[in-house]
Amino acid sequence: MLLQAIFILVSLATLGAALLVVLTRNLFHSALFLAASFFGVAALYVLLEAEFLAVVQVLIYVGAIATLIVFAIMLSRGGVQRGVPLFNAEWAIVAVGVALLGGVLIVLLTQVAWPVSQAAPPADLIARLGQAFVGPYVIPFEVASALLVTALIGAILIARERE
Amino acid sequence: MLQSYAFIGILAVVAFGFAVAGLIAAWLVSPKKPNPIKNDTYECGIQTFGDTWVQFKAQYYLFALIFVVFDVEAVFLFPWAVAYRQLGFYAVVEAILFILILVGGLLYAWRKGALDWQ
Amino acid sequence: MGFVADLFRNLGAAFVGWLSGFLPPWAVALVNDVAVALLLLTLALLIVLYVIWFERKAIARVQDRLGPNRAGPAGLLQNLADAMKLLIKESITPSDADRWVYNLAPILSVFAAIMLLAVVPFGAGLIGEDLNVGVLYIVAMGSLGSMAVLMAGWGSNNKYALLGGFRVVAQLLSYEIPMVLAMLSPVLLAGTLSMQGIVAAQAGGRWFGVLMPAAFLIYLVSAVAETGRSPFDLLEAESELVAGFHIEYSGMKFAWFYLAEFMNTFTLSAVATTLFFGGWLGPFVDRAPVLGVVYFAIKVSIIYALFTWFRATLPRVRIDQLMAFAWKVLVPGALANLLLVAVLAKLPLPDLLNSLLILAANVALILTGLGMIGRSLRLQAQRRLAQG
Repeated sequence: MLLQAIFILVSLATLGAALLVVLTRNLFHSALFLAASFFGVAALYVLLEAEFLAVVQVLIYVGAIATLIVFAIMLSRGGVQRGVPLFNAEWAIVAVGVALLGGVLIVLLTQVAWPVSQAAPPADLIARLGQAFVGPYVIPFEVASALLVTALIGAILIARERE
Repeated sequence: MLQSYAFIGILAVVAFGFAVAGLIAAWLVSPKKPNPIKNDTYECGIQTFGDTWVQFKAQYYLFALIFVVFDVEAVFLFPWAVAYRQLGFYAVVEAILFILILVGGLLYAWRKGALDWQ
Repeated sequence: MGFVADLFRNLGAAFVGWLSGFLPPWAVALVNDVAVALLLLTLALLIVLYVIWFERKAIARVQDRLGPNRAGPAGLLQNLADAMKLLIKESITPSDADRWVYNLAPILSVFAAIMLLAVVPFGAGLIGEDLNVGVLYIVAMGSLGSMAVLMAGWGSNNKYALLGGFRVVAQLLSYEIPMVLAMLSPVLLAGTLSMQGIVAAQAGGRWFGVLMPAAFLIYLVSAVAETGRSPFDLLEAESELVAGFHIEYSGMKFAWFYLAEFMNTFTLSAVATTLFFGGWLGPFVDRAPVLGVVYFAIKVSIIYALFTWFRATLPRVRIDQLMAFAWKVLVPGALANLLLVAVLAKLPLPDLLNSLLILAANVALILTGLGMIGRSLRLQAQRRLAQG
């Protein structure tokens, strides 16, 4: 019961922050609300007893990606303008698309019989994760590093091009 | 396990409350005599000129990006480090491969001067 | 004697026992949690009070002067006086500052600093909460601090603050990687992310800092840079960029940034002690666990003194040297250390030989690193001479 109440509170906070990301006119505030919603997601991970994911969420998303986004905002002139228009010309079509997507998601979430596990997470969760990385999931593990390096090289190439 | 995070949550409330309380106490106790000169933006004692924005170099963004890449790499390495004792030698080889790919990326960034601060 | 031997844990148990007398179990847990949180907060404030006093006295002595000696015995109450002063100072908010962001930044800074203390093991069983992901929690809360700096810089509506903020964040990001990578080595050998677990893995004198001095040194240098202290305090120095991202902050808000910086220094010293020097372990600690607190205090004081020594002695490092050092020296060094330890610890040799090999590899790494830095500096100097 208490857990349910906490879950509702956290979800409302996360969704509220996410909503404010698009509703606020100040780009920097948008970035801050985004960071707040990342926090909310981390709290949801905690409620799901996925503590490793929760800390990683704060570490990567709030610590690194939110900072990156703020830097990107500053790089563009948009960070300087204190007000940006909320709606552009295509809002009607987008609204229809969003409504369709929303409908699909609602049907998906309510009608599909998702397998739910009531088992408690294993005590040595992180060790098991590590074993998975070098065992059955070793290919995605190595590909992830290759992906990261590709992103790095791409960014450097693009940034160097500008100069 | 959720019990532990209940404590974290309570500490978060206490910490936030303390930080806010301190500022409120200061606001209650301190004098408030604003005047336009005091509230002016500080620029070594002279009037500010130009808009408040700075020539933002792409360098900052690159550093942040390299940071993201290596941060994610470190996060991938943590579970491996925790499981290290229970794994065989092949795990070390795989991790070496992982790290070497990323060192390759770092060397590329080094060569291209992305790590130099102008 | 028996009660005192495990003083703090017994006090805690007695408190919980007293509460259970008249409260249902969920309320007992709640009240206990709140009490521990408040205790942690008070402890943090007292520690910072002492630590700032220690630092001012030590730096003063190094500079051949006395340091604060008027407020209270030996100047111990000086910080209290300073705190009072900052409390009643007028808080000048710049016009056009973004009020919410401007005010939230110091709050976030202090918030992150206090949250870090939740996983610091002060003694046997004396930890806010021994999270399974303790080490990552520390890194995560530390990264919150960089958000606070960005907010301070942007919210002040001052181009110097903004520029200062970005540079500070660039420095914080650059040194976070070697710090995290250096923290991987003790985790590797201990096999757990829990702080008490890492302390326990160093039982019997197998301190990771003695085994892997390279990892410890990399962590130390990164920690100095992470807290924004000298010799990496280019961005806060009064003669550069006029105090950086907290130019426009006065009174209590400035006090909060100051408090957060010292709390972070203490916490990083405590983490260094836990990860590399056995935390609260020491002789006779299994018979009288309260000694653990004493050992912990001594070890953290030594490491904090190291921080202070650096600040008092070393000149400031230039920003491009700062960045180059982080990415070109520390990150490869930390990765090399990790790989060496990973390979050597898996060798099917007796434990003692393994440890000696790891130590030898670390020393070799340090010497190689120093050699390469020396060579590169010499080449740079030659190049500069050649250019005339």
